[in-house]
Amino acid sequence: MPNHLPSQSRIPGIVPALNEWPSFSPGDRVRVASRSPIGHYRVPVYLRGMTGTVVSIIEPVMVDNETEGYGQNAGSRRHYYRVSFRLRTIWAAYSGAPADELRIEIFETWLERI
Amino acid sequence: MAHEHEHDHDHPHAEISVSEMPGYYEVMETAIRELLIDKQLITGNDIRHQIEVLDSRTPALGAKVVARAWVDAAFRERLLADGRAACEELGISFYDDTRLIVLENTETVHNLIVCTLCSCYPRPVLGLPPDWYKLKPYRARAVSEPRIVLAEFGTIIPDDVEVRVSDSTAAVRYLVLPRRPEATDDYSEEQLAGLVTRDAMIGVIPVTLGMEN
Repeated sequence: MPNHLPSQSRIPGIVPALNEWPSFSPGDRVRVASRSPIGHYRVPVYLRGMTGTVVSIIEPVMVDNETEGYGQNAGSRRHYYRVSFRLRTIWAAYSGAPADELRIEIFETWLERI
Repeated sequence: MAHEHEHDHDHPHAEISVSEMPGYYEVMETAIRELLIDKQLITGNDIRHQIEVLDSRTPALGAKVVARAWVDAAFRERLLADGRAACEELGISFYDDTRLIVLENTETVHNLIVCTLCSCYPRPVLGLPPDWYKLKPYRARAVSEPRIVLAEFGTIIPDDVEVRVSDSTAAVRYLVLPRRPEATDDYSEEQLAGLVTRDAMIGVIPVTLGMEN
């Protein structure tokens, strides 16, 4: 059960719908799943398996673009997260400044907690 | 096949027409469009209207948003908190139902936007993307060697400034809020908007007074 909303915004006894509340919070370390689905996907290959940090939760919950691509416009809505990665951790030979970052929005089903 | 005709004038030139065979994707697009119309799911007028919607969006809208953010601190805060809602305040609709995150350039962070998977772009506020934005060299290099790409645009970012690349891939679009140039204190909002270019809102160049007409 996702349980990461700030406690002050919760009322005891209120039960959210499945996936209504975000599973991750800003600051969480996450890994992008390294699966390789066939067909329409929205997570670039260069980020699969990479480790990053959740910067923010993108509201509101949305339908997964990957299923929407096949005409499924209803059903399971979840959050997208803005996730940051150090460019140095993505590219071993990265020659720019150490602080340089990549940021991207990733659907909840692609993220694993670490 | 080229149409043959007599020329009255004295110089040769190519026939002004499309003489190449349509490519694979062009044929597929035509076939799907005709099927959708045949099955009465959409009309030819729907397509024409959507082209009109796209043509009505230009970088002038984005420039207006940027200039407002420069002169109105409260608007700037709303823009950074929810880009779409703030643009809607100015009458800019999000016909494609995308979210908008506005990325503020500061003394310590320089933002750049790209879509590595295709050509996601903040079309509601900027219109159609430039061709180079859609081509693979930019898409691949913007995320792997952004500083070198920026340098090719003439933009040298000091090492103590973080380069932050945002890859738009799904439901969110990005717009760069460039830094306001110095010595523009006496500029009107309209004059400021005149300084803001498309490329500055993608993040490949800064806004400078030199771009002024």
